[in-house]
Amino acid sequence: MAIFENISSVARSEWEALQKRTYISVGTATCGRAAGALEVVDAFGRELARQGLKVPVVQVGCSGLCHADPFVTIAKADSLRVAYNNVTPEGVHRLVDGYVAGDDPCLELALGTVEGCTGEPLSIPELPRFERERRLVLRHCGCIDPENINHYIANSGYSGLNKALKMSSEEIIGELQRSGLRGRGGAGFPTYQKWEACRKAQGTPKYVVCNADEGDPGAFMDRVILESEPHQVIEGMIIAGYAIGAKVGYIYVRAEYPLAIERIRVALKQADELGLLGDNILGSDFGFHISIAAGAGAFVSGEETALIAAVEGKMSTPRPRPPYPAESGLWGNPTLLNNVKTLATVPVIIERGGDWFASIGTEGSKGTAVFTLAGKVVNSGLAEVPMGTTLRELIYDIGGGIAKDKQFKAVQIGGPSGGCLPAALLDTPIDYDSLREAGSMMGSGGMIVMDENNCMVDAARFFLDFSTKESCGKCTMCRLGTVQMLRILEDITAGRGRIEDLDLLLKLAEDVRAGSLCGLGKTAPNPVLTTLRYFRDEYEAHILEKRCPAKVCPELTVYYILPDKCDRACEHCVLTCPTEAIKGEKGQVKVIDQEKCSKCGTCLEVCPPEYDAVVKLSPPSLLPSANVAEGSARK
Amino acid sequence: MRPESVQGTSNDEQNNQAIAEILARHGKEKKNLIPLLQEVQAGLGYLPREALQRIAHFLEMPEVEVWGVATFYNQFRFVPLGKFHTTVCMGTACHLAGGQLIQEALERELNVKVGGTTEDGNFSLERVACIGCCMLAPVAVINDKIHPKMTPFKVEESLIPYKQEVRGGPEKEEEESEGKN
Repeated sequence: MAIFENISSVARSEWEALQKRTYISVGTATCGRAAGALEVVDAFGRELARQGLKVPVVQVGCSGLCHADPFVTIAKADSLRVAYNNVTPEGVHRLVDGYVAGDDPCLELALGTVEGCTGEPLSIPELPRFERERRLVLRHCGCIDPENINHYIANSGYSGLNKALKMSSEEIIGELQRSGLRGRGGAGFPTYQKWEACRKAQGTPKYVVCNADEGDPGAFMDRVILESEPHQVIEGMIIAGYAIGAKVGYIYVRAEYPLAIERIRVALKQADELGLLGDNILGSDFGFHISIAAGAGAFVSGEETALIAAVEGKMSTPRPRPPYPAESGLWGNPTLLNNVKTLATVPVIIERGGDWFASIGTEGSKGTAVFTLAGKVVNSGLAEVPMGTTLRELIYDIGGGIAKDKQFKAVQIGGPSGGCLPAALLDTPIDYDSLREAGSMMGSGGMIVMDENNCMVDAARFFLDFSTKESCGKCTMCRLGTVQMLRILEDITAGRGRIEDLDLLLKLAEDVRAGSLCGLGKTAPNPVLTTLRYFRDEYEAHILEKRCPAKVCPELTVYYILPDKCDRACEHCVLTCPTEAIKGEKGQVKVIDQEKCSKCGTCLEVCPPEYDAVVKLSPPSLLPSANVAEGSARK
Repeated sequence: MRPESVQGTSNDEQNNQAIAEILARHGKEKKNLIPLLQEVQAGLGYLPREALQRIAHFLEMPEVEVWGVATFYNQFRFVPLGKFHTTVCMGTACHLAGGQLIQEALERELNVKVGGTTEDGNFSLERVACIGCCMLAPVAVINDKIHPKMTPFKVEESLIPYKQEVRGGPEKEEEESEGKN
């Protein structure tokens, strides 16, 4: 179609003109902004103006290297493009002087050189993680300005749609079938089957709904995709609409993601202006319209039937399936519901073919997996790896291992629905089936690494607490059973547990799983089940010895100032203790009044490292007896 | 559990005006309920009872149904926020990095429990499941400014400017915080 050729050539010339110049890119997705990226953008603006340099500062999305934010690159047509990590407004002057105006690449500040980013995904060959990564979904992240549709189009954006419009519905769905793509929202249902069911379903109008209700605490890849390459999701939705015969789509986004919502809004407007959305897309007789539905904060809305209720303006509670949304979804009509990552994968598959996609990954899980990596790893951020990559490769090669030389304890995958896997399972390949076998799940792709200082009972309690708060209340076992489990865990973490509670937990977990309608309740026991399976010794220590091995649970832990290490003259702890629990005249050993201590840990934090006098003890019975009596402990 | 009504006539009139403008932008389809609630809250800062009644009337729905939807979702509030609104992130990464301690420190320093607003209306405190800035954990947000890598001690420090602004000057703050014995 000539129309697309025209659009595409305009976009390419804009992009190529930029590549011929010296320009600066700053990652300004939410993660970058939190680290101060907008201040860095301002600082570049001021410094360039001061020096009279006409150099564009392009705000790009997230590079995935969140630990390096604010993340800046300086591109030069005739020289290396260099990446800089953790740039501060104060450091901008040096970069402009050095590499923008001059030829000194400021190597002492550099993270590495940038390859790709024009056609190919971003890569920094100096970093070992890029040997493991394979960016298909994240191919534009950190490279393009998400608010400039021409950047996307110039890098093969919308060419999947252009190709799809020349194919029949059956051909598109056949391509998906060959690709082996499974739903990236967690359950892993074959995508082509959903599409096929929707295409065949009777009833009009049909709908396409993008599930961007990313509610798992600790998962943020959908946010990054929407903030960094919103057009790729929109393109996937248009192709879906064409393939199943829908004219209307909704993107259901969490209200907690205001920047993502704003960028989708901009992207929709731009796509509309170029005729990539609306009536007669690219001159064809196919029309498609997309609206944003902003979520109002309910974890359960991630479940497809609950999400449909939310879009309809109701309380977001799930209903029994069947009928599946493919037959009876929004307002009782056939509705295709796919996750952000699933839809963002579609244009890539159409563009490069299902067979090509299926050549990546494992037998049962094709393509790539996008994970967020957070918690106690050195390099937090986002990564995309071929399915079958092991947890160890992801955590150590990409994540850089455990921060502060601590010992790895567990990795939690899939949020409140997933499980905690121990070191012995680090060689588990990342694919739907292996993770499920290990008791966890792919989930939406949030991965949280825990070290020796994290308590597994406390972690299980945390996730269960989340599930009880987010249970919509429809099913009794989910509403009340999870609360009973939570009470038991609270007792255990407070030192009131009984050993028979562990069997009771297992029994309740079975009942909650069996008695819940939707995924929230069915999977809520997973964190408890996996921690019991792999870390039973920690539960037993809490119950039998009243000891928290990681010294996390406040009721089982006390703070103590070692008299022979306390400097006596120093008063840091006395002056900063928020509850005034630390006594001791100047020149005397400082002593914590355990009655007043709130276990906040400020004393441990402020005690100068040369003394290092504050320690945590568990069980509390380890406390020298003189310290127990209130006030009388001064020596 | 009744939503508070707005005090003062001028405020009422302003609110009525704002609600009327928002309603005028929307059709009467039921799917507009959540966007209406969101827009009214964005305009007024919270959802007073009158607003819920007017939305119910506008959409020709029972008031109880509107109340049901509004209380179902975490986003909606029925009391005004403080002048400085503080949220503490309780996502997994923040929890593991001591989010609970940050919450306790904020409760202690602001003298308000999570979900509440101080009596003088200056500070409100809420917890949020995850704001997606896991590499900066634990995180607190004060009026949209993200405070990364918090510690109980940093909570005290980071609140000083806000408390000073409320009290109208740094001198007063010092006197009060030095009231130790």
